[in-house]
Formats: sequence, structure tokens, C-alpha cells
Amino acid sequence: MKTSSGRFPKWASAYFLLTMVVMAIGFYEAMTAPKEATMGNLYRVFFYHFPHTILSFVFPYLNCAAAMLYLLWRNKNPERAAKADAFAVASAELTVLYASVGLATGMLWGRAAWGIWWAWDARLTTYLLLWLLYVSYVLLRRFSATGQTAAVSAVLAIFAAIDIPICFESIRWWRTQHPAPVFGGGADSGIDPTMVSAVLWNVAAWLMWGIFILGLRYAVERRLQRKAAAASAALMSEYTLEAR
Amino acid sequence: MSYTRLVLMHLRKDLRLEWRTKDSINGMLFFSLLIVVVLAMAFDPGAHPVMTREISGGVLSIAVLFAAMTALNQSWARETQNHVLDAHRMSPAPASALFVGKALANFVFVSAVELVLAPVFAVFYNLHPLGEAWKLLVILPLGTWCLVVNGTFFAALSLRTRHRETLLPLVLLPVSMPALLALIQATTDVLTGEFEPTLWIKVLFAYAVVFTTACVLLFETILHAD
Repeated sequence: MKTSSGRFPKWASAYFLLTMVVMAIGFYEAMTAPKEATMGNLYRVFFYHFPHTILSFVFPYLNCAAAMLYLLWRNKNPERAAKADAFAVASAELTVLYASVGLATGMLWGRAAWGIWWAWDARLTTYLLLWLLYVSYVLLRRFSATGQTAAVSAVLAIFAAIDIPICFESIRWWRTQHPAPVFGGGADSGIDPTMVSAVLWNVAAWLMWGIFILGLRYAVERRLQRKAAAASAALMSEYTLEAR
Repeated sequence: MSYTRLVLMHLRKDLRLEWRTKDSINGMLFFSLLIVVVLAMAFDPGAHPVMTREISGGVLSIAVLFAAMTALNQSWARETQNHVLDAHRMSPAPASALFVGKALANFVFVSAVELVLAPVFAVFYNLHPLGEAWKLLVILPLGTWCLVVNGTFFAALSLRTRHRETLLPLVLLPVSMPALLALIQATTDVLTGEFEPTLWIKVLFAYAVVFTTACVLLFETILHAD
């Protein structure tokens, strides 16, 4: 098993700097985009709300895929399975992070635009459920016994991923205050062409940031796994010495 | 031995165990009754008949759900005594038969509680359904199965954790939210008679099919988690 040199690789630093540059451009574009006709400057929170919510629907499926790979490799290739599990943790925590930012920006916007912090409308409710599902995943990891965490949480990851579309549809039938989807929501949807570049820059920036955090969390988790493996190996050798 | 016979064997064993002690049914009955009484204090069903009709579907579902959760943990605790669970793990029989048997047994217990609770509930909340009441005979068993199948599965999953009694509701509730929503909406539709519950019955049915499949396929992983 290779040991970590403990250094932050150069390409990662370069990637981080690039992310910061894209984020700065995104911020500039968001602040200089033309005022929206009805909401004025208020709508600018959209440039942060939109990327976070969209991306927090992507990470759960990375989590689900990693969980499935874990279950597939569990008995055949423990090393690869451990990597898949580390990726699953990273993507689940990222989902919680992005969904929290999405919820927070959405509530701020809702308070300013609708006058209320929260409404039990279809999209808000589904989104809250998504957040709850992944918080429960993180909690399960905290609570489960060592050595079983990965398998048990992989199963919950699959359940959560199956649950998202069912939640989405059933809540849609239940309630329908959040505006129709801005993109792909019919003939009136879409935004003014002058705002498109600001949206794209911000989506790119937060995607890059997400990937950066994902990689960082993955590396931390791998290091924790190696530490745990080394500790149990040390314990084993101690026992065998005593037995002699 | 065929799969069905294995399932029936597990089911019979669980029913017999419960018949001898009647612990979980009694516990669930009294607990759900307590919830109904506590919620009556929160809402005062006598003073607001219209509101009562609108919320009683939810109240009944919550009472049953919470009561079921207390019993679900116990249903697996039986298997851990004398290392029975380890014997199951070594057995060549398919693991999912054990799960299906246990889920069916829990379904029978929770349905029994509902059968007793529903009339008591109707009396206490001064309730008579305005819609077609026979539809409840489809809705309640379907909804109960949706909650019990995931509940049994997650109770087995929680066996592998610390604080298992605390963890079960924390993982079960978020996943069961669509089923719970459909169950509450369908019951409310029948009680108020304002809408047809057909859509929600379909949701319950789809949920039951999808999650029963997922539980059966993944139970083996849970049983051999380490």
C-alpha cells in the first residue's frame, strides 16, 4: 500500500487557481449583467442559486454509482472498493453542502421576492427531501459500526437515488409557488440572451469548485482509510508477537 | 426447499413467536392509542369537524407509523438472541426469504393494529367518511406494506449500527416520505370525499413494487455486511 507524501500536488494547486479565476469572472458577470425587468438587482442571487441546485441533483447520482461500484468490487477487489467508498462519502457530503447552499440562497430570495422564507410548494419540498435524504446518509455513516459502514451506507445510497425521482413526481402532483423551470419549461422559458454568459460562467465556476472539494474530500477519506488499515495491521502484528 | 415454503416457514415462526408473547402487537396498540389521544389534545377534534376530517388521514398514518417503528426494531432483536442471525448467515437458504417472511409477519402485526385502531379512531374523532370507504381496504394495506417493507429492511440495516433505536426513524422517514405522502393524501381523499384517490393509489402501488424489489435484491448485502 502506497503511503501519501502529504504534499498538495502542483496540478491541484493550478486547478484551484483556475477555479478561483473562473469564479471571479462568474462574480463579475453576475454583478454586471443587465438588471432584470421585474425584480431589479434582486434576481442576481439566481446566478448562485441555480448552479448549486442543479449540481446538487448531479452529485447524488455520482454517489449512487460509487455505491454500486463498491458493492460490485467489495469481495473481489477491496482496494478498488475502498476507493469507490471514499468517492461515495465525498459525493454525498458534497450533495449536502450544495443542497444547503441551494436552500439558503433560495430562502433568502424567497423572503425578498415572495415575502416568505418558505413555502410548501412542489420544488421546495422535493428539494428539502433531497437534503434530508443525504443528511440521513451522512448520519448513518456516523452511527454505523466500523467495518460495516461502507456496505450499509452503499445500500442506503441506492435507496436514496431510487427515491429521488419518486419524490420528485409525487410532490409535483401534490403542490405546484416556485416559478416554472427557467430552462426547458415551455415556450416562455429561457432567460434574456444577455444573461446567458453570466449563468454559464457561474455554473462552470461552481462545478469546478465542486470537483475540487470532491477531490479534496476523497483524498482525506483515502488517507483516513489508510490510517485505519495501518492501525489494524499494527494491532494484528502485536497480537501475533504476543502469541509467539 | 422451494422459496415460497421458506418464506412461509419464516412467517409461521414469527407469527408463532408473536402469538406466544403478543408483546409487539400490545405495545403498538397502546402506543398508537396514546398518539391519537395526544394529537386530539393538540387539535381538539370536537370543535373543528371539517378540519378534523382533513387531518385525520395524517393523524392515523402517523400513529401507525410511529407505533410500527417501535415494533420493527424488536422484530430483529429476536433474531440476534442466541446468535440466530449468525445461523441465518451460514444457512444456504436465500437470505431474501428471511426478509420477505419477516416483512410479511410485520405487515400482519401492523394491519392487526390498524384493524383495532381504526374503529376506535373513528369514534374518538367523530368520523364518518364522505367518500367511498371501501377504497380504504385497498389504500391502508398498500400503504402499510410500503412502510413495513422499508421499515423491516432499515431495521435490519440499523442492527449494524450504534444507537439502533435512534437511527431507524432517521433513515426510514426520509426514504418513506413519498409513500407517507401518498398514504395520507389517499386516506384524506376518501375521508373528505372531495377527490378521487386513484392517483395516490397508483403512487403507493409503484412505490411498493419498486422498493420491495430493491429490498429483496439488497437484503443479502445487509445480512453479510461485514
